[in-house]
Amino acid sequence: MTDSAPAVDLAGLTKTFGPVTAVDGLDLRIAPGEVVAFLGPNGAGKTTTVDMLLGLARPDAGTVRLFGGEPADAVRHGRVAAVMQTGGLLKDLTVAETVRMTAHFYGHTRPVAEVLERAGIAGIADRAVGKCSGGQQQRLRFALALLPDPDLMVLDEPTTGMDVEGRRDFWQAIRADARSGRTVLFATHYLDEADAYADRIVLIRQGRVVADGTTAEIKNLAAGRVVRATQPGADQAALAALPGVRSVEVRGDAVLVHTGDSDVVARHLLTRTDARDVEITSRNLEDAFLTLTA
Amino acid sequence: MTATTSSTTTRAVDRRPPMLGGFCAPVLAIEIRRVLRNRRTLLFILVMPAVFFLLFGLPTRGENLDNGLPVTGWIMISLAVYAAMVATTSAGAAVATERALGWSRQLRLTPLRPAAYVATKVATAMVLGLLGVLVEFAVGAASGVRLPAHVWVESGLTAWVGALVFAAFGLFVGYLAPAENVMQFVGPALAILAMLGGLFVPLELLPDVMRQIAKFTPVYGVGQLARAPLTGTGVDWAAVANVTAWTVFFGLGAARLFRRDTTRV
Repeated sequence: MTDSAPAVDLAGLTKTFGPVTAVDGLDLRIAPGEVVAFLGPNGAGKTTTVDMLLGLARPDAGTVRLFGGEPADAVRHGRVAAVMQTGGLLKDLTVAETVRMTAHFYGHTRPVAEVLERAGIAGIADRAVGKCSGGQQQRLRFALALLPDPDLMVLDEPTTGMDVEGRRDFWQAIRADARSGRTVLFATHYLDEADAYADRIVLIRQGRVVADGTTAEIKNLAAGRVVRATQPGADQAALAALPGVRSVEVRGDAVLVHTGDSDVVARHLLTRTDARDVEITSRNLEDAFLTLTA
Repeated sequence: MTATTSSTTTRAVDRRPPMLGGFCAPVLAIEIRRVLRNRRTLLFILVMPAVFFLLFGLPTRGENLDNGLPVTGWIMISLAVYAAMVATTSAGAAVATERALGWSRQLRLTPLRPAAYVATKVATAMVLGLLGVLVEFAVGAASGVRLPAHVWVESGLTAWVGALVFAAFGLFVGYLAPAENVMQFVGPALAILAMLGGLFVPLELLPDVMRQIAKFTPVYGVGQLARAPLTGTGVDWAAVANVTAWTVFFGLGAARLFRRDTTRV
Protein backbone atom coordinates (compact mmCIF):
# COMPACT_ATOMS: atom_id res chain seq x y z
CA MET A 1 0.00 0.00 0.00
CA THR A 2 1.28 3.43 -0.84
CA ASP A 3 -0.20 6.82 -0.14
CA SER A 4 0.19 7.88 -3.76
CA ALA A 5 -2.26 5.20 -4.88
CA PRO A 6 -5.88 6.18 -5.53
CA ALA A 7 -8.16 5.82 -2.55
CA VAL A 8 -10.50 3.76 -4.70
CA ASP A 9 -9.68 2.06 -7.96
CA LEU A 10 -12.40 -0.04 -9.55
CA ALA A 11 -11.63 -1.56 -12.93
CA GLY A 12 -14.04 -3.49 -15.12
CA LEU A 13 -16.13 -4.42 -12.11
CA THR A 14 -18.88 -6.87 -13.00
CA LYS A 15 -21.43 -8.75 -10.92
CA THR A 16 -24.38 -10.77 -12.10
CA PHE A 17 -27.18 -12.34 -10.12
CA GLY A 18 -28.65 -15.05 -12.33
CA PRO A 19 -29.91 -13.34 -15.47
CA VAL A 20 -29.52 -9.84 -13.98
CA THR A 21 -26.31 -7.91 -14.53
CA ALA A 22 -26.22 -5.67 -11.48
CA VAL A 23 -22.83 -4.12 -12.20
CA ASP A 24 -21.62 -4.08 -15.76
CA GLY A 25 -17.95 -3.34 -16.33
CA LEU A 26 -17.81 -0.37 -13.99
CA ASP A 27 -14.64 1.74 -13.82
CA LEU A 28 -14.09 4.34 -11.14
CA ARG A 29 -11.05 6.00 -9.69
CA ILE A 30 -11.22 8.28 -6.67
CA ALA A 31 -8.25 10.31 -5.49
CA PRO A 32 -7.52 10.73 -1.77
CA GLY A 33 -9.51 13.61 -0.30
CA GLU A 34 -12.33 13.63 -2.81
CA VAL A 35 -15.95 13.71 -1.64
CA VAL A 36 -17.86 11.74 -4.24
CA ALA A 37 -21.58 11.08 -4.59
CA PHE A 38 -22.49 7.81 -6.19
CA LEU A 39 -25.86 8.72 -7.59
CA GLY A 40 -28.42 6.59 -9.31
CA PRO A 41 -31.98 5.32 -9.10
CA ASN A 42 -32.89 2.28 -7.04
CA GLY A 43 -31.57 -0.87 -8.66
CA ALA A 44 -28.80 0.94 -10.53
CA GLY A 45 -26.15 -1.24 -8.88
CA LYS A 46 -24.94 1.16 -6.20
CA THR A 47 -25.19 -1.19 -3.25
CA THR A 48 -23.68 -4.11 -5.18
CA THR A 49 -20.75 -1.90 -6.15
CA VAL A 50 -20.29 -0.74 -2.56
CA ASP A 51 -20.40 -4.36 -1.34
CA MET A 52 -17.64 -5.33 -3.77
CA LEU A 53 -15.65 -2.22 -2.90
CA LEU A 54 -15.70 -3.23 0.78
CA GLY A 55 -14.94 -6.88 0.11
CA LEU A 56 -18.40 -8.03 1.24
CA ALA A 57 -19.11 -9.42 -2.23
CA ARG A 58 -16.74 -10.94 -4.76
CA PRO A 59 -16.83 -9.50 -8.28
CA ASP A 60 -17.45 -11.89 -11.16
CA ALA A 61 -14.89 -9.91 -13.11
CA GLY A 62 -12.75 -6.85 -12.58
CA THR A 63 -10.66 -5.64 -9.66
CA VAL A 64 -11.04 -3.54 -6.54
CA ARG A 65 -8.05 -1.74 -5.02
CA LEU A 66 -8.27 0.50 -2.00
CA PHE A 67 -5.12 2.58 -1.47
CA GLY A 68 -3.39 0.13 -3.78
CA GLY A 69 -4.29 -2.95 -1.74
CA GLU A 70 -7.01 -5.49 -1.18
CA PRO A 71 -10.25 -4.31 0.47
CA ALA A 72 -9.75 -6.87 3.26
CA ASP A 73 -6.36 -5.32 4.02
CA ALA A 74 -7.83 -1.83 4.19
CA VAL A 75 -10.54 -3.11 6.55
CA ARG A 76 -8.01 -4.92 8.70
CA HIS A 77 -5.98 -1.78 9.15
CA GLY A 78 -8.93 0.49 9.71
CA ARG A 79 -8.21 2.50 6.57
CA VAL A 80 -11.76 2.10 5.33
CA ALA A 81 -14.97 2.26 7.33
CA ALA A 82 -18.55 2.19 6.17
CA VAL A 83 -22.05 3.15 7.11
CA MET A 84 -24.27 0.58 5.47
CA GLN A 85 -27.85 1.00 4.43
CA THR A 86 -29.09 -1.99 6.31
CA GLY A 87 -27.69 -3.94 9.02
CA GLY A 88 -26.35 -4.70 11.92
CA LEU A 89 -26.83 -3.28 15.33
CA LEU A 90 -27.54 -5.25 18.49
CA LYS A 91 -30.79 -3.93 19.93
CA ASP A 92 -30.04 -4.96 23.50
CA LEU A 93 -26.79 -3.01 23.79
CA THR A 94 -26.75 0.66 24.66
CA VAL A 95 -25.34 3.20 22.22
CA ALA A 96 -22.16 3.62 24.27
CA GLU A 97 -21.72 -0.14 24.73
CA THR A 98 -21.96 -0.67 20.98
CA VAL A 99 -19.22 1.89 20.37
CA ARG A 100 -17.03 0.61 23.22
CA MET A 101 -17.35 -2.98 22.04
CA THR A 102 -16.58 -2.10 18.44
CA ALA A 103 -13.59 -0.03 19.55
CA HIS A 104 -12.03 -3.20 20.96
CA PHE A 105 -12.16 -4.80 17.52
CA TYR A 106 -9.53 -2.32 16.33
CA GLY A 107 -5.95 -2.04 17.45
CA HIS A 108 -6.28 1.68 18.05
CA THR A 109 -9.21 4.07 17.76
CA ARG A 110 -10.30 7.59 18.47
CA PRO A 111 -11.71 7.95 22.01
CA VAL A 112 -15.27 6.65 22.41
CA ALA A 113 -16.49 9.94 23.91
CA GLU A 114 -15.10 11.82 20.92
CA VAL A 115 -16.86 9.77 18.25
CA LEU A 116 -20.14 9.88 20.19
CA GLU A 117 -19.80 13.65 20.30
CA ARG A 118 -18.90 13.97 16.63
CA ALA A 119 -21.79 11.75 15.57
CA GLY A 120 -24.13 13.85 17.69
CA ILE A 121 -25.25 10.99 19.94
CA ALA A 122 -23.39 11.76 23.17
CA GLY A 123 -26.73 12.73 24.70
CA ILE A 124 -28.24 9.29 24.12
CA ALA A 125 -25.17 7.23 25.03
CA ASP A 126 -27.05 5.19 27.64
CA ARG A 127 -30.11 4.51 25.51
CA ALA A 128 -30.75 0.95 24.31
CA VAL A 129 -30.13 0.70 20.57
CA GLY A 130 -33.56 -0.87 20.08
CA LYS A 131 -35.15 2.27 21.48
CA CYS A 132 -33.30 4.62 19.12
CA SER A 133 -34.96 6.13 16.06
CA GLY A 134 -33.77 5.17 12.59
CA GLY A 135 -31.83 8.41 12.36
CA GLN A 136 -30.17 7.88 15.73
CA GLN A 137 -29.20 4.34 14.75
CA GLN A 138 -27.70 5.67 11.56
CA ARG A 139 -25.66 8.22 13.49
CA LEU A 140 -24.54 5.36 15.72
CA ARG A 141 -23.33 3.51 12.60
CA PHE A 142 -21.55 6.69 11.64
CA ALA A 143 -19.93 6.86 15.10
CA LEU A 144 -18.71 3.27 14.64
CA ALA A 145 -17.27 4.21 11.26
CA LEU A 146 -15.43 7.17 12.83
CA LEU A 147 -13.68 4.96 15.40
CA PRO A 148 -10.65 3.92 13.29
CA ASP A 149 -10.27 7.46 11.89
CA PRO A 150 -10.48 5.94 8.41
CA ASP A 151 -8.83 7.37 5.31
CA LEU A 152 -11.89 6.33 3.31
CA MET A 153 -15.45 6.60 4.56
CA VAL A 154 -18.11 4.81 2.53
CA LEU A 155 -21.77 5.60 3.13
CA ASP A 156 -24.39 3.48 1.39
CA GLU A 157 -27.67 5.38 1.16
CA PRO A 158 -27.14 6.59 4.70
CA THR A 159 -30.35 8.56 5.04
CA THR A 160 -32.82 6.11 3.50
CA GLY A 161 -35.95 5.94 5.58
CA MET A 162 -35.12 9.00 7.67
CA ASP A 163 -37.48 11.92 8.04
CA VAL A 164 -36.40 15.38 6.94
CA GLU A 165 -35.10 16.29 10.36
CA GLY A 166 -33.18 13.04 10.67
CA ARG A 167 -31.55 13.57 7.31
CA ARG A 168 -30.55 17.10 8.22
CA ASP A 169 -29.06 16.02 11.55
CA PHE A 170 -27.21 13.19 9.88
CA TRP A 171 -25.61 15.36 7.24
CA GLN A 172 -24.77 17.94 9.88
CA ALA A 173 -22.83 15.25 11.70
CA ILE A 174 -21.06 14.26 8.48
CA ARG A 175 -20.21 17.87 7.69
CA ALA A 176 -18.91 18.44 11.18
CA ASP A 177 -16.48 15.64 10.55
CA ALA A 178 -14.10 17.70 8.51
CA ARG A 179 -10.83 15.87 8.85
CA SER A 180 -8.88 17.02 5.90
CA GLY A 181 -7.72 14.31 3.58
CA ARG A 182 -10.57 11.93 4.38
CA THR A 183 -11.98 10.48 1.20
CA VAL A 184 -15.75 10.13 1.26
CA LEU A 185 -17.86 8.07 -1.10
CA PHE A 186 -21.58 8.07 -0.55
CA ALA A 187 -24.25 6.31 -2.53
CA THR A 188 -27.59 8.04 -2.67
CA HIS A 189 -30.67 8.44 -4.74
CA TYR A 190 -31.39 11.82 -3.17
CA LEU A 191 -30.21 14.46 -5.60
CA ASP A 192 -30.21 17.27 -3.08
CA GLU A 193 -27.74 15.31 -0.96
CA ALA A 194 -25.40 14.80 -3.88
CA ASP A 195 -25.78 18.43 -4.89
CA ALA A 196 -25.23 19.81 -1.41
CA TYR A 197 -22.42 17.63 -0.18
CA ALA A 198 -20.35 16.15 -2.98
CA ASP A 199 -17.47 17.74 -4.91
CA ARG A 200 -17.96 15.19 -7.60
CA ILE A 201 -20.93 13.21 -8.81
CA VAL A 202 -20.75 9.83 -10.45
CA LEU A 203 -24.05 8.97 -12.09
CA ILE A 204 -24.72 5.28 -12.41
CA ARG A 205 -27.39 3.50 -14.34
CA GLN A 206 -27.81 -0.20 -15.03
CA GLY A 207 -24.46 -0.93 -13.48
CA ARG A 208 -22.50 1.52 -15.60
CA VAL A 209 -21.16 5.03 -15.08
CA VAL A 210 -23.19 7.30 -17.36
CA ALA A 211 -21.78 10.63 -16.21
CA ASP A 212 -18.91 11.69 -13.98
CA GLY A 213 -17.98 15.24 -13.09
CA THR A 214 -18.39 18.15 -10.72
CA THR A 215 -21.90 19.07 -9.66
CA ALA A 216 -21.81 22.02 -12.05
CA GLU A 217 -20.66 19.83 -14.92
CA ILE A 218 -23.43 17.33 -14.31
CA LYS A 219 -25.98 20.14 -14.25
CA ASN A 220 -24.60 21.47 -17.52
CA LEU A 221 -25.13 18.12 -19.13
CA ALA A 222 -28.77 18.92 -19.00
CA ALA A 223 -28.51 22.66 -19.40
CA GLY A 224 -31.38 24.88 -20.38
CA ARG A 225 -34.61 25.95 -18.78
CA VAL A 226 -38.15 24.77 -18.41
CA VAL A 227 -41.06 27.02 -19.36
CA ARG A 228 -44.30 25.89 -17.84
CA ALA A 229 -47.74 27.35 -18.52
CA THR A 230 -51.41 26.54 -18.11
CA GLN A 231 -52.87 26.14 -21.57
CA PRO A 232 -55.62 23.63 -22.27
CA GLY A 233 -55.24 22.18 -25.76
CA ALA A 234 -51.76 23.53 -26.33
CA ASP A 235 -50.45 23.25 -29.88
CA GLN A 236 -47.46 21.03 -29.26
CA ALA A 237 -46.21 21.10 -32.83
CA ALA A 238 -46.06 24.91 -32.89
CA LEU A 239 -44.14 24.98 -29.63
CA ALA A 240 -41.74 22.29 -30.77
CA ALA A 241 -40.99 24.30 -33.89
CA LEU A 242 -39.73 27.31 -31.90
CA PRO A 243 -35.95 27.85 -31.97
CA GLY A 244 -34.07 26.24 -29.10
CA VAL A 245 -36.88 23.95 -27.99
CA ARG A 246 -35.74 20.46 -27.06
CA SER A 247 -38.96 18.87 -25.94
CA VAL A 248 -42.59 19.61 -25.27
CA GLU A 249 -44.60 17.77 -22.71
CA VAL A 250 -48.29 18.07 -21.82
CA ARG A 251 -49.45 17.19 -18.34
CA GLY A 252 -53.21 17.73 -18.06
CA ASP A 253 -53.85 21.43 -18.65
CA ALA A 254 -50.16 22.27 -18.20
CA VAL A 255 -47.57 22.38 -20.92
CA LEU A 256 -43.83 22.05 -20.19
CA VAL A 257 -41.27 23.18 -22.72
CA HIS A 258 -37.60 22.32 -22.30
CA THR A 259 -35.59 24.90 -24.16
CA GLY A 260 -32.25 26.57 -24.56
CA ASP A 261 -34.00 29.94 -25.15
CA SER A 262 -36.78 30.52 -22.65
CA ASP A 263 -37.44 34.09 -23.82
CA VAL A 264 -38.65 32.92 -27.23
CA VAL A 265 -41.00 30.38 -25.71
CA ALA A 266 -42.40 32.82 -23.14
CA ARG A 267 -42.94 35.50 -25.78
CA HIS A 268 -44.71 33.02 -28.02
CA LEU A 269 -46.94 31.74 -25.24
CA LEU A 270 -47.91 35.19 -24.00
CA THR A 271 -48.44 36.86 -27.37
CA ARG A 272 -49.73 34.11 -29.67
CA THR A 273 -51.71 31.92 -27.28
CA ASP A 274 -54.03 32.25 -24.33
CA ALA A 275 -51.56 30.55 -21.98
CA ARG A 276 -51.62 31.65 -18.34
CA ASP A 277 -49.40 31.26 -15.27
CA VAL A 278 -46.14 31.19 -17.21
CA GLU A 279 -43.20 30.02 -15.07
CA ILE A 280 -39.55 29.79 -16.07
CA THR A 281 -37.18 27.60 -14.05
CA SER A 282 -33.59 26.51 -14.45
CA ARG A 283 -33.16 22.83 -14.93
CA ASN A 284 -31.85 21.46 -11.71
CA LEU A 285 -29.84 18.42 -10.88
CA GLU A 286 -33.02 16.39 -10.71
CA ASP A 287 -33.66 17.04 -14.38
CA ALA A 288 -30.12 16.11 -15.25
CA PHE A 289 -30.53 12.99 -13.22
CA LEU A 290 -33.77 12.04 -14.91
CA THR A 291 -32.39 12.76 -18.35
CA LEU A 292 -29.27 10.72 -17.81
CA THR A 293 -30.73 7.82 -15.92
CA ALA A 294 -34.08 7.45 -17.67
CA MET B 1 -16.20 22.20 5.22
CA THR B 2 -14.69 23.83 8.27
CA ALA B 3 -11.09 24.59 9.04
CA THR B 4 -8.83 21.70 9.83
CA THR B 5 -7.07 21.38 13.14
CA SER B 6 -3.53 20.22 13.67
CA SER B 7 -4.63 16.83 14.93
CA THR B 8 -6.66 16.23 11.82
CA THR B 9 -3.88 16.97 9.40
CA THR B 10 -1.42 14.51 10.85
CA ARG B 11 -1.40 11.18 9.06
CA ALA B 12 0.29 9.26 11.84
CA VAL B 13 -2.64 7.02 12.70
CA ASP B 14 -1.82 3.75 14.45
CA ARG B 15 -3.21 1.16 12.09
CA ARG B 16 -2.05 -2.06 13.68
CA PRO B 17 -4.76 -4.73 13.86
CA PRO B 18 -5.95 -5.73 17.35
CA MET B 19 -4.20 -8.27 19.58
CA LEU B 20 -5.63 -11.80 19.39
CA GLY B 21 -7.79 -10.76 16.46
CA GLY B 22 -10.02 -8.67 18.74
CA PHE B 23 -10.67 -11.29 21.44
CA CYS B 24 -10.44 -9.49 24.77
CA ALA B 25 -11.85 -9.28 28.28
CA PRO B 26 -13.76 -5.99 27.92
CA VAL B 27 -15.81 -7.39 25.02
CA LEU B 28 -16.45 -10.55 27.01
CA ALA B 29 -17.67 -8.39 29.91
CA ILE B 30 -20.09 -6.52 27.66
CA GLU B 31 -21.34 -9.81 26.19
CA ILE B 32 -21.99 -11.28 29.62
CA ARG B 33 -23.73 -8.15 30.83
CA ARG B 34 -25.90 -8.34 27.72
CA VAL B 35 -27.04 -11.84 28.54
CA LEU B 36 -27.63 -11.06 32.18
CA ARG B 37 -29.86 -8.15 31.18
CA ASN B 38 -32.09 -10.48 29.21
CA ARG B 39 -34.83 -11.61 31.62
CA ARG B 40 -35.99 -14.38 29.32
CA THR B 41 -32.55 -15.94 29.16
CA LEU B 42 -32.09 -15.62 32.91
CA LEU B 43 -35.42 -17.32 33.43
CA PHE B 44 -34.37 -20.30 31.33
CA ILE B 45 -30.79 -20.75 32.51
CA LEU B 46 -30.98 -19.74 36.17
CA VAL B 47 -34.55 -19.62 37.48
CA MET B 48 -36.12 -22.64 35.79
CA PRO B 49 -33.51 -25.25 36.76
CA ALA B 50 -33.66 -23.93 40.34
CA VAL B 51 -37.45 -24.15 40.39
CA PHE B 52 -37.26 -27.68 38.97
CA PHE B 53 -35.09 -28.61 41.92
CA LEU B 54 -37.55 -27.16 44.40
CA LEU B 55 -40.45 -28.92 42.67
CA PHE B 56 -38.93 -32.33 41.95
CA GLY B 57 -35.88 -32.50 44.17
CA LEU B 58 -37.18 -31.43 47.56
CA PRO B 59 -39.97 -34.04 47.77
CA THR B 60 -37.29 -36.75 47.75
CA ARG B 61 -35.65 -35.36 50.87
CA GLY B 62 -34.69 -38.14 53.22
CA GLU B 63 -34.34 -40.74 50.46
CA ASN B 64 -30.88 -42.15 49.84
CA LEU B 65 -29.04 -43.78 46.97
CA ASP B 66 -27.59 -47.28 47.39
CA ASN B 67 -24.33 -45.76 48.66
CA GLY B 68 -26.11 -43.72 51.30
CA LEU B 69 -25.78 -40.34 49.60
CA PRO B 70 -28.97 -38.32 49.19
CA VAL B 71 -31.22 -38.54 46.11
CA THR B 72 -31.50 -34.75 46.23
CA GLY B 73 -27.80 -34.68 45.31
CA TRP B 74 -28.50 -36.84 42.25
CA ILE B 75 -31.28 -34.50 41.14
CA MET B 76 -29.29 -31.37 41.89
CA ILE B 77 -26.31 -32.50 39.82
CA SER B 78 -28.58 -33.56 36.95
CA LEU B 79 -30.27 -30.18 36.96
CA ALA B 80 -26.89 -28.42 37.15
CA VAL B 81 -25.97 -30.23 33.93
CA TYR B 82 -29.29 -29.10 32.49
CA ALA B 83 -28.72 -25.47 33.56
CA ALA B 84 -25.23 -25.47 32.07
CA MET B 85 -26.34 -26.99 28.78
CA VAL B 86 -29.20 -24.54 28.33
CA ALA B 87 -26.83 -21.66 29.16
CA THR B 88 -24.10 -22.68 26.75
CA THR B 89 -26.52 -23.60 23.98
CA SER B 90 -28.29 -20.26 24.15
CA ALA B 91 -25.00 -18.36 24.21
CA GLY B 92 -23.76 -20.28 21.18
CA ALA B 93 -27.06 -19.93 19.36
CA ALA B 94 -26.82 -16.15 19.83
CA VAL B 95 -24.86 -16.12 16.57
CA ALA B 96 -28.16 -16.92 14.84
CA THR B 97 -29.68 -13.71 16.16
CA GLU B 98 -26.60 -11.70 15.28
CA ARG B 99 -26.54 -13.07 11.78
CA ALA B 100 -30.27 -12.38 11.36
CA LEU B 101 -29.82 -8.81 12.57
CA GLY B 102 -26.90 -8.25 10.21
CA TRP B 103 -24.44 -7.66 13.03
CA SER B 104 -22.10 -10.30 11.60
CA ARG B 105 -22.02 -8.28 8.39
CA GLN B 106 -21.21 -5.14 10.35
CA LEU B 107 -18.36 -7.02 12.04
CA ARG B 108 -16.90 -7.93 8.67
CA LEU B 109 -16.21 -4.22 8.22
CA THR B 110 -13.96 -4.25 11.30
CA PRO B 111 -10.59 -5.95 11.84
CA LEU B 112 -12.22 -8.46 14.23
CA ARG B 113 -11.16 -11.95 13.15
CA PRO B 114 -14.02 -14.43 12.76
CA ALA B 115 -12.19 -16.91 15.00
CA ALA B 116 -11.98 -14.27 17.73
CA TYR B 117 -15.72 -13.72 17.40
CA VAL B 118 -16.42 -17.42 17.90
CA ALA B 119 -13.93 -17.59 20.78
CA THR B 120 -15.81 -14.74 22.47
CA LYS B 121 -19.09 -16.62 22.04
CA VAL B 122 -17.63 -19.82 23.48
CA ALA B 123 -16.10 -17.95 26.42
CA THR B 124 -19.41 -16.20 27.10
CA ALA B 125 -21.16 -19.57 26.93
CA MET B 126 -18.77 -21.09 29.43
CA VAL B 127 -19.11 -18.21 31.91
CA LEU B 128 -22.88 -18.56 31.73
CA GLY B 129 -22.65 -22.31 32.05
CA LEU B 130 -20.56 -21.90 35.19
CA LEU B 131 -23.14 -19.50 36.54
CA GLY B 132 -25.88 -22.05 35.84
CA VAL B 133 -24.01 -24.75 37.77
CA LEU B 134 -23.21 -22.44 40.69
CA VAL B 135 -26.78 -21.21 41.05
CA GLU B 136 -28.16 -24.75 40.98
CA PHE B 137 -25.61 -25.88 43.57
CA ALA B 138 -26.33 -22.85 45.74
CA VAL B 139 -30.06 -23.60 45.68
CA GLY B 140 -29.29 -27.23 46.48
CA ALA B 141 -26.98 -26.37 49.36
CA ALA B 142 -29.48 -23.86 50.75
CA SER B 143 -32.16 -26.57 50.58
CA GLY B 144 -30.09 -28.90 52.71
CA VAL B 145 -28.20 -31.03 50.19
CA ARG B 146 -25.08 -32.30 51.94
CA LEU B 147 -22.41 -34.09 49.92
CA PRO B 148 -18.69 -34.86 50.37
CA ALA B 149 -16.56 -31.91 49.21
CA HIS B 150 -14.96 -33.88 46.36
CA VAL B 151 -18.41 -34.62 44.90
CA TRP B 152 -19.33 -30.92 44.77
CA VAL B 153 -16.08 -30.07 43.02
CA GLU B 154 -15.82 -33.02 40.64
CA SER B 155 -19.49 -33.06 39.65
CA GLY B 156 -19.59 -29.29 39.30
CA LEU B 157 -16.50 -29.20 37.09
CA THR B 158 -17.73 -32.08 34.95
CA ALA B 159 -21.17 -30.52 34.48
CA TRP B 160 -19.47 -27.27 33.52
CA VAL B 161 -16.75 -28.57 31.20
CA GLY B 162 -19.17 -31.07 29.66
CA ALA B 163 -21.40 -28.16 28.67
CA LEU B 164 -18.76 -27.32 26.07
CA VAL B 165 -20.57 -29.88 23.89
CA PHE B 166 -23.58 -27.65 23.96
CA ALA B 167 -21.65 -24.47 23.27
CA ALA B 168 -20.63 -26.25 20.05
CA PHE B 169 -24.22 -27.41 19.55
CA GLY B 170 -25.45 -23.83 19.99
CA LEU B 171 -22.94 -22.51 17.45
CA PHE B 172 -23.87 -25.31 15.07
CA VAL B 173 -27.55 -24.35 15.28
CA GLY B 174 -26.68 -20.66 15.15
CA TYR B 175 -24.82 -21.04 11.88
CA LEU B 176 -27.47 -23.38 10.50
CA ALA B 177 -30.49 -21.15 11.09
CA PRO B 178 -30.14 -17.38 10.96
CA ALA B 179 -33.30 -16.61 12.93
CA GLU B 180 -33.78 -14.12 15.69
CA ASN B 181 -35.99 -16.47 17.72
CA VAL B 182 -33.96 -19.64 17.29
CA MET B 183 -34.09 -20.49 21.02
CA GLN B 184 -37.86 -20.90 20.81
CA PHE B 185 -37.22 -24.02 18.79
CA VAL B 186 -34.02 -25.12 20.45
CA GLY B 187 -35.40 -24.80 24.00
CA PRO B 188 -37.98 -27.60 23.65
CA ALA B 189 -35.42 -29.71 21.78
CA LEU B 190 -33.05 -29.35 24.73
CA ALA B 191 -35.79 -30.45 27.13
CA ILE B 192 -36.31 -33.63 25.08
CA LEU B 193 -32.56 -34.29 24.93
CA ALA B 194 -32.32 -33.72 28.68
CA MET B 195 -35.13 -36.22 29.22
CA LEU B 196 -33.39 -38.79 27.01
CA GLY B 197 -30.11 -38.02 28.71
CA GLY B 198 -31.58 -39.00 32.06
CA LEU B 199 -31.49 -35.54 33.62
CA PHE B 200 -35.16 -35.40 34.59
CA VAL B 201 -35.86 -39.02 35.47
CA PRO B 202 -33.47 -41.95 35.88
CA LEU B 203 -33.16 -43.88 32.64
CA GLU B 204 -33.95 -47.06 34.54
CA LEU B 205 -37.57 -45.86 34.62
CA LEU B 206 -37.77 -45.75 30.81
CA PRO B 207 -38.74 -48.72 28.60
CA ASP B 208 -35.75 -50.79 27.53
CA VAL B 209 -35.82 -49.66 23.88
CA MET B 210 -35.84 -46.02 24.92
CA ARG B 211 -32.99 -46.67 27.31
CA GLN B 212 -30.85 -48.16 24.57
CA ILE B 213 -31.56 -45.24 22.24
CA ALA B 214 -30.96 -42.74 25.03
CA LYS B 215 -27.38 -43.89 25.41
CA PHE B 216 -26.58 -42.45 22.01
CA THR B 217 -28.15 -39.02 22.58
CA PRO B 218 -25.87 -36.07 23.35
CA VAL B 219 -26.87 -35.37 26.95
CA TYR B 220 -26.46 -38.91 28.24
CA GLY B 221 -22.68 -38.89 28.48
CA VAL B 222 -22.34 -35.59 30.31
CA GLY B 223 -25.08 -36.55 32.78
CA GLN B 224 -23.48 -39.93 33.54
CA LEU B 225 -20.02 -38.43 34.03
CA ALA B 226 -21.24 -35.54 36.16
CA ARG B 227 -23.08 -37.91 38.51
CA ALA B 228 -20.26 -40.45 38.63
CA PRO B 229 -18.52 -38.82 41.63
CA LEU B 230 -21.83 -39.05 43.52
CA THR B 231 -22.85 -42.57 42.54
CA GLY B 232 -19.28 -43.81 42.83
CA THR B 233 -19.59 -45.86 39.65
CA GLY B 234 -16.25 -44.66 38.35
CA VAL B 235 -15.55 -43.49 34.82
CA ASP B 236 -17.95 -45.01 32.35
CA TRP B 237 -16.08 -45.30 29.07
CA ALA B 238 -19.28 -45.46 27.05
CA ALA B 239 -20.18 -42.07 28.52
CA VAL B 240 -16.74 -40.68 27.66
CA ALA B 241 -17.13 -41.96 24.12
CA ASN B 242 -20.57 -40.37 23.92
CA VAL B 243 -19.29 -36.95 25.02
CA THR B 244 -16.26 -37.11 22.75
CA ALA B 245 -18.27 -38.17 19.71
CA TRP B 246 -20.88 -35.45 20.11
CA THR B 247 -18.29 -32.76 20.82
CA VAL B 248 -16.42 -33.71 17.67
CA PHE B 249 -19.66 -33.87 15.67
CA PHE B 250 -21.01 -30.49 16.77
CA GLY B 251 -17.57 -28.89 16.81
CA LEU B 252 -16.75 -29.94 13.26
CA GLY B 253 -20.27 -29.12 12.10
CA ALA B 254 -20.08 -25.64 13.61
CA ALA B 255 -16.58 -25.12 12.17
CA ARG B 256 -17.76 -26.15 8.72
CA LEU B 257 -20.81 -23.89 8.75
CA PHE B 258 -18.73 -21.09 10.23
CA ARG B 259 -16.25 -21.33 7.37
CA ARG B 260 -19.06 -21.32 4.84
CA ASP B 261 -20.45 -18.23 6.54
CA THR B 262 -17.19 -16.28 6.62
CA THR B 263 -16.07 -17.12 3.10
CA ARG B 264 -19.46 -16.36 1.59
CA VAL B 265 -18.78 -13.27 -0.44
